[in-house]
Amino acid sequence: MRIGILYSRIRRDEKLLLEELRDRDHEIEKIDVRKQRFGLESTTANVADLDIVVDRCLSTSRSLYATKFLDSYGVPVVNSPETGDVCADKAKNSLALAEADVPTPATEVAFTKEAAMEAIESFGYPCVLKPVVGSWGRLMAKIDTRSAAEAILEHKETLGHYEHKVFYVQEFVDKPGRDIRVVAVDGEPIAAMTRSSDHWLTNAAKGGTTAEFDLDDRALELVERASDAVGGGMLGVDLMEVGGEYTVHEVNHTVEFKALTEASEVDVPARVVDWLETKAEAFAADADGEGDPDADEVVA
Amino acid sequence: MTTDTEPVLAEDPITGEEIELPADVEVGEIIDSPVTGTELEVISLDPVTLEEAPELEEDWGE
Repeated sequence: MRIGILYSRIRRDEKLLLEELRDRDHEIEKIDVRKQRFGLESTTANVADLDIVVDRCLSTSRSLYATKFLDSYGVPVVNSPETGDVCADKAKNSLALAEADVPTPATEVAFTKEAAMEAIESFGYPCVLKPVVGSWGRLMAKIDTRSAAEAILEHKETLGHYEHKVFYVQEFVDKPGRDIRVVAVDGEPIAAMTRSSDHWLTNAAKGGTTAEFDLDDRALELVERASDAVGGGMLGVDLMEVGGEYTVHEVNHTVEFKALTEASEVDVPARVVDWLETKAEAFAADADGEGDPDADEVVA
Repeated sequence: MTTDTEPVLAEDPITGEEIELPADVEVGEIIDSPVTGTELEVISLDPVTLEEAPELEEDWGE
């Protein structure tokens, strides 16, 4: 197959993916999005005859635009721009999960610091303030007191990009020192791991320690539903354990898997490429008029 | 990707010193300079050229 990879930085994750693709003799078109232009009808990127393009852009804004343009040219791309749009924004992400009745932390969005303070006071302390766009635990604030809240809101309003004036306030979930990361393809888990830390942020990017995790039936169900809620694709579904139940706090659309590869017995890159091959075949069948690759997801 | 199994040599763009890179280095890959610890991006192969990698931006992540 001819497989394109959108990127601007080759991390360990992309390298694992490229190694697996080359081992299977796929022809690879590396597309550095920084060097391309995207017009309304065509692009400078060599996307002709690609069976599938996988978006591995590190930059969310580039990911969203590049996938949208490729999709408009009829180039098969995963994840879809629609999935990216929901996952890239924490407010849209929370709404999609809630609309699908997937348990997710209570969340409010406010547009002024006064309204945000009301949201914070209604949650009580501690609660959490997050940027609507961001990752790796960056700029997340656990707010313990009113005076801390006032200071953080003032800073965000004064110093921040306009997106920082979309105040995303969330209940603090008292998780048991760990959360769970599941990498799933169209709702089917490839592997899962816990991320543990003494710090309230347990992201692997923040230095959390990882260990393989066996998903129970409830977790499997929630991963599938969370994936459906955001439009499917290759996703990182994050769950927290709370009171014998799970809550899904986030679904990530350009998921990193190097930490999971190290924590798990599963050959994650191989499973990802298995999925890419299946998706490419489904897109080809769709193009040949043999059916819609997502037909089994359509509810009559 | 280079096919040789021997390490690749390249010039550190900051210090000018010759540094050793993995044999399977890729264009676009980020290398930590063994001299300064600075993140360097592989710009091209044959010959391998490096530049200081872009700074982390606010929308980077998963």
